[in-house]
Amino acid sequence: MAKFQLTVNGQRKEVNADPTTPLLWVLREDLKMTGTKYGCGVSACGACTVHVDGVATRSCMLPISLLGDRPITTIEAMANDRVGRVVQDAWVEKDVVQCGYCQSGQIMSAVALLKETPRPTETQIEESMGGNLCRCATYVRIREAVQLASQRLK
Amino acid sequence: MSAATKRSKDHGINRRSFLHASVTAAGGLLVSLYFNRASAQEGASAAQGPPKINYPPDAFVEIRPDGKIVIQVNRLEFGQGVQTALPMVLADEMDADWASVVPQLAQAKDIYKDPVFGIQMVGGSGSIAHSFQQYRELGAKTRAMLLSAAAKNWNVGADTLRTEPSVVIGPGGKRATYAELAKAATAMPVPANVRLKNPSEFRYIGKRTPRLDSRAKCDGSIKFGLDFDQPGMLTAVVAHPPMFGAKVRGFDDADARRVEGVREIFQISLPRGSGIAVVADKFWTAKQARDRLKIDWDTTEIAKEDTTALWAKYRQLAGTKGLSALARGDESALDKIASANRIVAEYEFPYLAHTPMEPLNTTIRFDGDRAEAWVGSQFQTCDQMAIAQTLGLKAEQVLFHTEMAGGGFGRRAVPDSHVQREAAEIAKKLRGTTVKLIWTREDDVRGGFYRPMFFHRVEIGVGTDGMPAAWRHVVVGQSIMEGTPFAMMMKDGIDPTVAEGITDTQYNLANFNVSIHQPKVNVPVLWWRSVGNTHTAYVMETLIEELAERTKMDPIAYRRKLLKPDAKKLRAALDLMEAKSAAWRQKLPKGHAVGFALHESFDTGVAVAVDVSIVNKRPKVHGATVAVHCGLAANPLTVESQFQAGSGFGLSQLMAKGAITLKDGLVEQRNFHEFVPPYIMDAPVAVDVHIVPSTDPPTGCGEPPVPVISPAVANALSKLTGKRYRSLPLVEI
Ligand code: FES
Ligand code: FES
Repeated sequence: MAKFQLTVNGQRKEVNADPTTPLLWVLREDLKMTGTKYGCGVSACGACTVHVDGVATRSCMLPISLLGDRPITTIEAMANDRVGRVVQDAWVEKDVVQCGYCQSGQIMSAVALLKETPRPTETQIEESMGGNLCRCATYVRIREAVQLASQRLK
Repeated sequence: MSAATKRSKDHGINRRSFLHASVTAAGGLLVSLYFNRASAQEGASAAQGPPKINYPPDAFVEIRPDGKIVIQVNRLEFGQGVQTALPMVLADEMDADWASVVPQLAQAKDIYKDPVFGIQMVGGSGSIAHSFQQYRELGAKTRAMLLSAAAKNWNVGADTLRTEPSVVIGPGGKRATYAELAKAATAMPVPANVRLKNPSEFRYIGKRTPRLDSRAKCDGSIKFGLDFDQPGMLTAVVAHPPMFGAKVRGFDDADARRVEGVREIFQISLPRGSGIAVVADKFWTAKQARDRLKIDWDTTEIAKEDTTALWAKYRQLAGTKGLSALARGDESALDKIASANRIVAEYEFPYLAHTPMEPLNTTIRFDGDRAEAWVGSQFQTCDQMAIAQTLGLKAEQVLFHTEMAGGGFGRRAVPDSHVQREAAEIAKKLRGTTVKLIWTREDDVRGGFYRPMFFHRVEIGVGTDGMPAAWRHVVVGQSIMEGTPFAMMMKDGIDPTVAEGITDTQYNLANFNVSIHQPKVNVPVLWWRSVGNTHTAYVMETLIEELAERTKMDPIAYRRKLLKPDAKKLRAALDLMEAKSAAWRQKLPKGHAVGFALHESFDTGVAVAVDVSIVNKRPKVHGATVAVHCGLAANPLTVESQFQAGSGFGLSQLMAKGAITLKDGLVEQRNFHEFVPPYIMDAPVAVDVHIVPSTDPPTGCGEPPVPVISPAVANALSKLTGKRYRSLPLVEI
């Protein structure tokens, strides 16, 4: 066990954890922030997507000891994020979710995409969202919601 | 759950005949089940349905002083939208203000049992089909009681009153809100009979209504079973047998115990074999300790299954006649047809994993004389009993909370409740402590309970008119029901789910013979969204399109000609699909092809047309037009969503890495890099859904989207490549 200082959603946090613990489990179990989900643990599904220094990152394979002082942003901060709020509203308006379990990760990927590329093409959407599995396969509406958010972000 | 469990041509629950049985499940559980029979004529054991219960509104509706109306939802929400749709139904008849409605997933209790199945469950696409009438009556009764309370207050006749959302309005413009009347209303007698609205009076039913759980599922605040937490709670993982049924011969946990935060390591028995439980403060700790265990597994008694060997065995079985599942006309008619006019087709379907997005989990706290459980369960009654039995309690001593679940597709409807038994074994040892059992994704992918492997051999004799003149069909695959309480639905040893979708085909097939083999294989199997229809619709619909092509007939016209005259739902769906897809079909870009499929399951008729091209050597589905006859669509928006996303889910079958395979008894896939469901680029880009207008009783929409999409895409691919696709998954095209 070792102590680590993190910046999560703008707040300083200290946790005591095994250095190999992935950020995902630190968020979920030490910080009780369960919006970020476990789906595979091997960077294959995107359910655990967070932003590390603004970059969409799979938190399930990122050991806490390798994080350094890079700031972390999670789904819990999206309601107060300019792009995040627009994306969430688009998701609700398009009635995207089914079981909803993948959607934190989907939204984190969409926000990262739209921050970088406010007017993405269909191909760019497929590429940026391509690592986020939705087992319910709500992809038709995910596409529509990303497009809607993109229009709103003009 | 199976379409065969609810196959009925009259679509009216009351007129169905039921089979009732108290059956002993694995481990001595006594379960009381009701099923509407596959066919009412069979056997003499048909009985009336479950006892007609006068459901007390107060068990389902609570009107709070602040005007909030809390509605208990008697089944799991795991994406299908029932947590929105059932409250809509109740609120409509109650005339409740929709903005005040708060849904809650009900605990396991007798009153929340499925009115048709007699256990608390989700399956057979029955959420709305079975509870529509029940929730309407509950709403109407609640409203009647509110009216009685107002009538008494104002000393007027109830018939002088009317309602607007959440308000009773009396003579002279008197008004009282539901919240004001709530307390007095509970003292009013529950009316035995209530008038239900005419469909023209519906405020919510039949209107596109956004889901109530959207926002919480978009901001990370919703809690799934896996998110459950309590102070002092511990987390467990289990080292499961590497082969189904293997037992621990011995183990060395010295290294594992050195992981800081490990609390307990002990051996537990499992419904199949045994395992080692590791309990720790946190998940990562438990998992690391599990990785350090050295376990000596006894596999000597275990049948070590192998996919290649199974195919050889299945292929050989398919060459012989099995148990007769259907015999119509003259079986020898086929042999009289010249071989040039015969088609022989063999199909292979692999094991499929459900891999719901939220990994399996169960949390239990055992306090000696009582227990509490938190489970995203499709089978609350069975899971509660299994926990009780493992802990030596009665079912009612287990307070069972239904947790929001991240998908299921059948995987949370396991007759032997093996995950709950496992969690209870652990909780038993840690009395007084809440323990959450987590299955890792690897546990899930390798853990069995797959859609069974199936092999089909079909011989068709084509008549001079190009229509099938004889059809012989042999299906080989494991029974899902055998050895479970559902075995009571088997007749003459035949599991009706094996060939459902063939035996009940809506095509008018002459000289039609279906037989099945149900080999025993050491791989646990389970219903996978749409059950038998996953493979049977594929076989039927690819063959029908092949027959149409052979006789150079339009595939839609061919289907229409072959349909039985009374195939009302499929005819309507086919007509609607044809009309709605006509525009894009007429201007297909070069390199694209259209494929069709038509299939009824769970009493819902579905027709689809897909626009497919080949991109990067894979099928690209540019669009799909789906037409649905599901009776009255309680929430058309949910129906649309189910069919859009269900189309993507159905394509799981075609994914290049969409199979579970075994070698020397070991499952070869571990996680989503080896068993790969559809991602965004694999799913249809757009799906337009059209609902046949109807006031028939609502039928299921959870499973019927799945069967049609794969055969439609395969049919389009065949047009592009000239090949037939009879072996899934589509490793190559
Ligand atoms: S849990 Fe991290 S990618 Fe799946
Ligand atoms: S909504 Fe269920 S996994 Fe995406």
